[in-house]
Amino acid sequence: MSEVKIENVSKKFGDTNAVSNLSFTIKDGEFVVLLGPTGAGKTTTLRLIAGLEKADEGKIFIGDRDATLFQPAQRDVAFVFQQYSLYPNYTVYNNLAFPLRSPLRSLNKEQIDRAVRAIAKTLHIEDKLKNKATHLSGGEMQRVAIGRALVRDPNIFLMDEPLSSLDAKLREELRLELKNIQVQLGATLLFVTHDHVEATTMADRIGVLKEGELIQIDPPEKIYNDPNSVYVATRLGSPKINVIPSRLLEIELPAKVEYVAFRPENVSMNSKGALDARIETRQNLGVEEIVTMGFMGEMVRAVVKPDSVPRSSKDVKFSVRKDDMLFFDKKSQRVYL
Amino acid sequence: MAEIVIEDLKKEFGDFVAVTNSNLTIRDGDFFVLLGPSGCGKTTTLRMIAGLEYPTYGKIFLDAEDVTFLRASQRDIAFVFQMFALYPHMNVEKNIAFPLKTQGVKKSEIRKSVREVAKMLHLDTVLKSKVSALSGGDKQRVALGRAIIRRPKAFLMDEPLGSLDAEFRELMCFELKKMHNDIDATTVYVTHDQNEAMAMGDRIGIMDKGVMLQADDPLTIYNKPRAKFVGSFIGSPAMNFIDVNAFVKKGDTSIKINGSQLAIPQCHEDGHMDFNYLGIRPENISIVDNGDIKGAVYGVEYLGANKIITVDTEFGRLKARVPSVIHSKIGDNVGLEFDSNSIIIFNGDDEIAIKSQFMN
Repeated sequence: MSEVKIENVSKKFGDTNAVSNLSFTIKDGEFVVLLGPTGAGKTTTLRLIAGLEKADEGKIFIGDRDATLFQPAQRDVAFVFQQYSLYPNYTVYNNLAFPLRSPLRSLNKEQIDRAVRAIAKTLHIEDKLKNKATHLSGGEMQRVAIGRALVRDPNIFLMDEPLSSLDAKLREELRLELKNIQVQLGATLLFVTHDHVEATTMADRIGVLKEGELIQIDPPEKIYNDPNSVYVATRLGSPKINVIPSRLLEIELPAKVEYVAFRPENVSMNSKGALDARIETRQNLGVEEIVTMGFMGEMVRAVVKPDSVPRSSKDVKFSVRKDDMLFFDKKSQRVYL
Repeated sequence: MAEIVIEDLKKEFGDFVAVTNSNLTIRDGDFFVLLGPSGCGKTTTLRMIAGLEYPTYGKIFLDAEDVTFLRASQRDIAFVFQMFALYPHMNVEKNIAFPLKTQGVKKSEIRKSVREVAKMLHLDTVLKSKVSALSGGDKQRVALGRAIIRRPKAFLMDEPLGSLDAEFRELMCFELKKMHNDIDATTVYVTHDQNEAMAMGDRIGIMDKGVMLQADDPLTIYNKPRAKFVGSFIGSPAMNFIDVNAFVKKGDTSIKINGSQLAIPQCHEDGHMDFNYLGIRPENISIVDNGDIKGAVYGVEYLGANKIITVDTEFGRLKARVPSVIHSKIGDNVGLEFDSNSIIIFNGDDEIAIKSQFMN
């Protein structure tokens, strides 16, 4: 595995800046997730590293070599796509063995067999090795696709929303497995997704992308607790962080503070709370309850213990500790007090 | 609005039993969600309430009136389908007005009703638009509008939000529930999405393989699942289950698994002779230095306010939901502690919870 470094990389498609002046490093053995909506430049970044696109500007280093002008094959990266892209006529075994049979590798039959069986075991598809790729469930197919990448021991794994076409339970299961395997192998992995739960549950660091620009790259805890902008703050968390105009709160703040944000779990609802609100809906999710309130024309959400808020009245009071508030200026950039 | 009662309902399609032994009371004004995986019988149940299918056995009452074999048009209900069935050549106003027009309601009254409904659904600005020009969400609102305008006794909805994207679905969930409250309706809502069910339902009925396993409010469904299936279907991550290869009998306050003695709420009835399950929710397991149960961390999933820690133990793989301040990493050896008061024992044979101090 290798470190991969991206330096001031830009890429345009026509007039659109797909990626602008992007710089970041994926350390050897690190799991980095790029998070952003459709069109943020996630897939373009992966394709630039893979060599499927050429950068207009900037450099890409793989290991300590400048790979900017390398052909895809020279880069020795493994790409896992959203769609399984297996060889339909091959068995699972042959799909997994395929990358190892490349003449560049000069592995003998036994070495290939050992590698295929080891990876099949890791991914719990040992009993499917003789199946045709088309005779698998969606989850199994994606396991094979991931296995085909893992078996190669490349410089870096590049994964483009590989779990998004699976159902919720399977996605949950596979993301747990993928993270475990990555740690066991010490693999370098760049994973892109628009799903914030995938990002926080797997990443060592999350890079938040917006319209081709990297807004913040940090460990999940820091992105969640210490975002540099409203944009980043609203990427993580469900329900979303509350963002309201600062003038609605009667607390002393520097003049440049325009917005105050606080996480729903930091809203306490009790009769001694300082702020008056009216409950609009309550959603009981079992492990927690989401209370949606109207507060001076804004919507504020609180996450509380189920049924801990009395049902007797819709008029309630809430409060938020100042330590739990984040402050932003009129350009939605963080203001540190 | 109306109370709906289902008695011993059964529906067979040839050899296939779609619904069996279903009993249910949907109270006046309830937002009742029928939840289950595909093929569990929830849509068939809804269609029998609507009169689109007739039961093989059993009865359906709408406000104490036996409607079991009445035609759909003779029941005062409105059905909202998964796909918005709109009249493409009519504009929004005419689509919404259609049910009243066919009933021969006066023009001035129709106009008034349409305006009210459009306002409630934020469609007032697009009344003159062709429905084909609308976004998916607006189309769904028009379909809802057409259902609301008749002021029927009950609304029946079959995954009405299934075709919308995630963010929009959340918004429509919210609006649908608000609309239900505003017009004081009785709603029966079919979905396979547990989050939708928990978020919207006053009560939830969970079905599996044609059987209504439990009908309760969301919190009871979550905390006190009466069947193993309910515990596994509701909750993310699901309830943890541990095999208990032993007789669990009335009066027991602890059970032995792999030589370890675990405290449980006192059993009020016998379980299976030699095979049962222990069920516990992830948030009722905590990570401690010296727990009775030891294991190695398989995964750590950070979720912001809390994290899920997956631990491989002698009882199998268990998931604990813990505060985010707890730090452990893959490979760590940790101890686990169960909150024994919330443990549920399921009979290994029928997978139904046995009565106990907790499951009364």
